[in-house]
Amino acid sequence: MSRPRKEIHLAAHFPGVNNTTVWSDPAAGSHIEFDSFRHFARTAERARFDFLFLAEGLRLREQGGEIYDLDVMGRPDTFTVLAALSAVTDRLGLAGTINSTFNEPFEVARQFATLDHLSGGRAAWNVVTSWDAFTGENFRRGGFLAEADRYRRAERFLRAAWTLFDSWRGDEILADKASGRFLTAPGPGAFTHRDDHFDIAGHFPVPRSPQGRPVIFQAGDSNEGREFAAATADAIFSRHGTLEAGKAFYADVKGRLARYGRTPESLKVLPAATFVLGDTDEDARERAAVVRRQQVSGQTAIKLLEQVWNRDLSGYDPDGPLPEEDPRVGTDHIARGRASVRMTRDPLAVARQWRELAAEKNLSIRELMIEVGARQTFVGSPRTVADAIDELVQADASDGFILVPHLTPGGLDVFADTVVPLLQERGAFRTEYSGTTLREHLGLPTS
Amino acid sequence: MTPALPHLAVALDGAGWHPAAWREPDARPAELFTAGYWTDLVREAERGALDLVTIEDSFGVGSTQDARVDRVYGRLDATLVAAAVAPRTSAIGLVPTVVATHTEPFHVSKAVASLDYASVGRAGYRVRISTSPAEFAHVGRREAGEVGELLAEAADHVEVVRRLWDSWEDDAEIRDAATGRFVDRSKLHYIDFTGQWFSVKGPSITPRPPQGQPPVVVLAHAAPVYRLAARAADVVLVTPRDPAHATELLAEVRAEELAVGRPTPLHVFGELVVFLDETTAGATGRLARLDERDGGELRSDAAVFAGTVDDLADLLLDLCAAGLTGIRLRPGALPHDLVAVTRGLVPRLQARGSFRRHYTEGTLRARLGLARPANRYAEVTR
Repeated sequence: MSRPRKEIHLAAHFPGVNNTTVWSDPAAGSHIEFDSFRHFARTAERARFDFLFLAEGLRLREQGGEIYDLDVMGRPDTFTVLAALSAVTDRLGLAGTINSTFNEPFEVARQFATLDHLSGGRAAWNVVTSWDAFTGENFRRGGFLAEADRYRRAERFLRAAWTLFDSWRGDEILADKASGRFLTAPGPGAFTHRDDHFDIAGHFPVPRSPQGRPVIFQAGDSNEGREFAAATADAIFSRHGTLEAGKAFYADVKGRLARYGRTPESLKVLPAATFVLGDTDEDARERAAVVRRQQVSGQTAIKLLEQVWNRDLSGYDPDGPLPEEDPRVGTDHIARGRASVRMTRDPLAVARQWRELAAEKNLSIRELMIEVGARQTFVGSPRTVADAIDELVQADASDGFILVPHLTPGGLDVFADTVVPLLQERGAFRTEYSGTTLREHLGLPTS
Repeated sequence: MTPALPHLAVALDGAGWHPAAWREPDARPAELFTAGYWTDLVREAERGALDLVTIEDSFGVGSTQDARVDRVYGRLDATLVAAAVAPRTSAIGLVPTVVATHTEPFHVSKAVASLDYASVGRAGYRVRISTSPAEFAHVGRREAGEVGELLAEAADHVEVVRRLWDSWEDDAEIRDAATGRFVDRSKLHYIDFTGQWFSVKGPSITPRPPQGQPPVVVLAHAAPVYRLAARAADVVLVTPRDPAHATELLAEVRAEELAVGRPTPLHVFGELVVFLDETTAGATGRLARLDERDGGELRSDAAVFAGTVDDLADLLLDLCAAGLTGIRLRPGALPHDLVAVTRGLVPRLQARGSFRRHYTEGTLRARLGLARPANRYAEVTR
C-alpha cells in the first residue's frame, strides 16, 4: 500500500504587523531596513525553502479612533522589496500579496512580469481582495466595492492579468543583429479584455517571462474563496494547520479541482504555521509560554478584548476579570483595518464562550487572551517538530507549511539550522534545488 | 570648491537612445529584459563616479502603429529594475521614471521610499505624465486628458508622494518596552490631501525614507513644465541647443521659480544625446551608419553630439559655464557610449580637475548638495 513519500514544501513568511511579531525582545531587529529582508531571505534560501512571502497592508490600523501603537507597524513596498531580494538570492521564490481592489490589472501584470524576468522565474502573487473603504481613503479608487462584489472583481482582475501575461507567446524576440530583425512579427503583446469590471486593450510591454504567469496564491477560506482557489490558484494559503481540520480542508479543496479539469498536484495546500523550538520538548514549552506572554502584554490583552467587545475597555485591569457588560453589536467598529475583526460575526456568542472558559479556569483578561489566541503550531525539540511536520504532510493535512517566525530577522535561523536537516535526512525535503523557477520548486505544471 | 562640472548623470533606456543601437557590435539585445544587463550598465556608470542613472519608463511599448520589426520593443518596470540593481551597487543614485497619470501616489510614495531603504539613501524618481490615448486604453480608467490638466494632476501626485514621505517623523518608531508602545502616534500624521483628481488620507505605511525626501526630477521643454518642476522637483532636465540657449532656458526656469515663490533654486541639468569615438569622423560615421540602418536621421528632443570625448568635455564645461549645474547624457548606444563616458570623458574631466575623482557623500541628496530636509509635520506639532 505504500505510496511514495510526499515532498514537503516550506516557505518563510516575513514577520507581520500584528502581535505575533515580538518587537520587545532584545533580538528583534528592524522590519523596514533592507538588511533584515536580506538576512531573512538568505536564511530561507540556505535552508532550500520554496519561497519567501510578504503580506500586505495599505492603511495603518486604528482602534478607538487612534492609530494602533502596540504592534510592529509599517512596512516597505512589496514589489520593491521582492525585486531587491532577487539580487541577493538565486533560487528562492519571491511571493507577495497584492490587492485587486486598489490596483489596475495592467500595472500589476507589468510589475509581476518584470519581477519574474528580474528573478529568472521566481515570482508569485497572492491575489487578495478588499472592500474596505477605510483603506480606500488612501487611493484614487476609494472604497467603492460592495462586499459581495469582491471575489467577482478579484476573479475578473486575475483573468485580465492572465490575458496580459499570455499576450506574448515567448518566441517574438529574435534580436538578430545581422538581419536587423528585433521582432519576428510586428506588434506583439496585443490584448483586449472586456468584462463588467475592466475594459482594457492595447499592447502589453513586457515580453513573456520565464514562468509565463507568476505562481498564483489564494488565501480565502469561505466557500467562494475555496472555489476561486480551485478554479484559479496554484497554491492556497490556508489557516488549517492541525491534523483533523487540515485533512478536511485539504480533501475539500483538492476535491473541487476535477470540475476544473485539474489534478490534485496542481494546487498546493500550505497552511501558515508558527513554531517555538527548544533543546527538549519541555524547554520548548516553557519558551512558548514566554513568547505568548510577550505577544499578549496586558495592554495588548485589553485591545484584543476591545476588538470583540467593540467598546473602550481602557479602564479595565488586564489582570482582573472580564467586563460584566456585553459586547456592543453594530456595524461601526472600534477597530479598523483588521481582517480578523470583520470575521467576528457573532461577538455575543464569543463573549459567552469566553466567560464560561474564564470562569472554568479562573482566568484574568490577559490569561484568557493568551488562552484563546492562536498558540504556536509547532512547539518542541527539532526532532518533535520535524516529526509533526512530516506526519501532517504525509497524512494529507497539507503539502507543507508557510512558517511565520515571531522574531525579525533572525527568527527563522534556528529552524533552518535544526529542523530542516532532520527533514532532509529522512528524504522529505530537498537538499538542493532541482529547478530554477518557483513553479519547478512547487512541482506545478508549467503555464 | 565646486568642480566645473558639478553633476553628471546618464540616462539608460533599452539598447541606447538610437533606435538602431541594438545592432551595434557590443550591444546585448537578447538580454534587455534581464537583471544582469541593467546591473552591468549601472555598475559601469558607478565606475565613472557619476551622480546618478535614470531609467526610462512609460505605460506604452513604443511604436505599435507601424509595422516595423527592426526596433527594440517592450520594456520592464523601471522602479523594479532600479530595486534589483540597488543591492548590487553601492554609491550611485538610482532614479527610475514614474508615470503620474496612471499610478496611485500612495503606491509610488512607498515604492520610492523602499528603493531608498534598499539603496540606503540613493533613490530618486523622475515624474512624467502620459498623454498617449493608447496608454490610457491600457489602464482603462478614463479617457485621455489635456496636457495642462495632466500636469496639474502630476503636481498633486508629487505633493501627495512628498507628504506621505513626511507622514512618519524620523523618530516615530520608539519601541518603548516600558509603555508597550512600538510607535509614538503623535509622530504619525494624516496628510488629508484633497484635490481635483484624488484624495489621500495617510499616513504612509512606510516610515520616512533615509533621505527624508528623495530627489524628484522633471524633464521639461516648455514653460508649463518648468512651472511643474519649480513647484514639485529638485532637478529639472532641459534641452539646450548650445550654451547660449542654455542661458535662455535657465532664465525661463528661474522666472517660473520666481512665479511660484520657490525658496531655493532648482538644479538645472542639460540633456545631450551622445555618440562618442576616437575621432570626430569616427563618431559621425557611426551615427550615420546607425541612421542608415534605421532608415532615417535620428529624431531627438535633445541636441545630438557626435564627436570625441575631448570635444564633449569642452562642450559640457561651456554648458555649465552658462549656468547649468549638471548634465544628463543619453548614450546613443549601450554599452559603447556609456563606456566612452566612464572611461574616456570622466578621466579627461578629472585630469582637468573638472569632475569628482570618487564618491564622498553617502546619499544622493548630499551629492546634489541638498540638505536632509526637516519634516513638514514636525514643526506643526511641536
